[in-house]
Amino acid sequence: MKIKTMLTTAAAALGLATAAMAEDPTKVGFIYVGPVGDYGWSYEHNEGRLAIEEEFGDAVETTFVESVPEGADAERVLTQMALSGHDLIFTTSFGFMDATMNVASKFPNVRFEHATGYKRADNVSTYSARFYEGRAVIGHIAGHMTETNKVGYIASYPIPEVIRGINAAYLHAKKVNPDVEFNVVWVYTWFDPAKEADAATALIEQGADVIMQHTDSTAPMTIAEEKGIVAFGQASDMGNFGPNAQLTAIIDNWAPYYIDRVRAVKDGTWESADTWDGIAPGMVELAPISDRVPADVKAEAEAMAAAIAAGEYHPFTGPINRQDGTPWLAEGEVADDGTLAGMDFYIEGLTGEIPN
Amino acid sequence: MDLSAINPIVLFASLMVASTPILLAALGELVVEKTGVLNLGVEGMMITGAICGFAVAIETGSPALGFLGGALGGAVLSLIFAFLTQVLLSNQVATGLALTLFGLGLSALIGQGYIGQRPPSSGDLVLGLDLMVFLGIGLVALIWWALRATRLGLILRAVGENHDAAHALGYKVVRIRIAAIAFGGACAGLGGAYLSLIRVPQWTEGMTAGAGWIALALVVFASWKPWRVLLGAYLFGGITVLQLNLQAAGVKIPVEYLSMSRYLITILVLVLISVDRTRATLNAPAMLGRKFHASS
Repeated sequence: MKIKTMLTTAAAALGLATAAMAEDPTKVGFIYVGPVGDYGWSYEHNEGRLAIEEEFGDAVETTFVESVPEGADAERVLTQMALSGHDLIFTTSFGFMDATMNVASKFPNVRFEHATGYKRADNVSTYSARFYEGRAVIGHIAGHMTETNKVGYIASYPIPEVIRGINAAYLHAKKVNPDVEFNVVWVYTWFDPAKEADAATALIEQGADVIMQHTDSTAPMTIAEEKGIVAFGQASDMGNFGPNAQLTAIIDNWAPYYIDRVRAVKDGTWESADTWDGIAPGMVELAPISDRVPADVKAEAEAMAAAIAAGEYHPFTGPINRQDGTPWLAEGEVADDGTLAGMDFYIEGLTGEIPN
Repeated sequence: MDLSAINPIVLFASLMVASTPILLAALGELVVEKTGVLNLGVEGMMITGAICGFAVAIETGSPALGFLGGALGGAVLSLIFAFLTQVLLSNQVATGLALTLFGLGLSALIGQGYIGQRPPSSGDLVLGLDLMVFLGIGLVALIWWALRATRLGLILRAVGENHDAAHALGYKVVRIRIAAIAFGGACAGLGGAYLSLIRVPQWTEGMTAGAGWIALALVVFASWKPWRVLLGAYLFGGITVLQLNLQAAGVKIPVEYLSMSRYLITILVLVLISVDRTRATLNAPAMLGRKFHASS
């Protein structure tokens, strides 16, 4: 009832609809930074959307807009969504943060959920997954698998989420292989298959024999397959694009969270919150580990994932120094979420600088 | 920093590969603009070429037929533009933009069944490069020669410089322009097919990611001269590749400078080109973007 009244007031205030609207199904909108068919990041968010439809059937109506550029365009699309009677809107990229906050302040009765950001309001929640837990596991595998001791890392933007991933992967690769080097290339895009392919080629030509990516397309995986080296899938299982190349993939599973949040809106229990789930609740999953990985390494990797899920092991457990050699975590100390969420430094051993 | 990790020959080869899609598309657009037509639908034609080429290559197992299919796909799409602007006399800018949107949607539709597939390998490498790279350079020479030294080139240019005069001389302005538009579409399609068959080897929606717009900018950058298009394409493609390679080698130059370098060089070159103002304007086809109807 509460939602009905709120909705009606909102609609009336906008002069858009009548009370009849309150009878309508809950309207849930999504904006994606890439196309649904990227088979990476946006693809998984869309899978979450489809899961909502399956769960609630006719009681919900979902819409999405794909390939929305981060910036002013996002604000326009969000305003349009808010005006067209959406109850809940998921904005699924870090760069939509300010657009989400701006539009949310204009539409206090529409709920927003922003992925991977840190700004919240009464009607804006944030949610993210602890991808770094998965990164720790693939870092472990990469450290064992590299023969040239060079791991190529295709990074998108220098934001905490990406930096955290680099640190987690490097830390665990280094633990099993002290000689390992990470070559990080910043491509400044989430989705540009040609550029991602070029970056992968450049890394391979310079001796990398393991490729990790933090971009959304499957192009790096295709190049790895083509050049006969190995790589890790990002956001989705990319095995189709690299049947021989993919060692495993970090899979984002948003469906349970999305279903929970839609249910909360329907029940009237939705509140602004900050969710950050990892392997344990299943928000981060690992694709089956390829047979190219030796059995003992595979067992170790699986054990590590299990220990993380059980809460017995934290990927950032001291002693860890920062890149400049100053201590960050003491022996046995575990990183707190605040530092992790705002991580803007490399750990000791990584070369290169983080762009500003 | 380990510059020795960069092999200059390998670097130049990947530079050529990175430049070929925009080179092909820009060459096509150059011919179109030389006849006085502004087709802003390059991005749409490229992506349509990318999926048509990919689909044909998968179905037939032949990359060569794939490229042909890509060219055909781009050309067929461009004929929609030709019909609307040359026969129905619609606004070229608006129609071109619409063509891009249409091409993006159409390609996503055609591509539904082809996601996750791998194209047949193009195999034949000469000096570590595929034949299309050389075809691109050959096309530059051909277009340069044709525009400069042949009767065909003269007719194309006449139509672009003064369509009324060309019409008065008995040339079929509309037909010539339609043919040029189809040629431009085929080139853009070829560029798109190169992306999906060789450079990325896969089909992904929206995979051109703005390459068509760079091709459009290249034509102006090159002041409608084929060899400058080649230079511009290598500059654009080359800087991206060089930038990624320098990063991979761990060169301690802030990434921001590397990323902005291509824009800086673009500005620099544009300034140098436009120093001689009269020459620069002389190069632009006088009838660019203007409508033509025999009655006027």
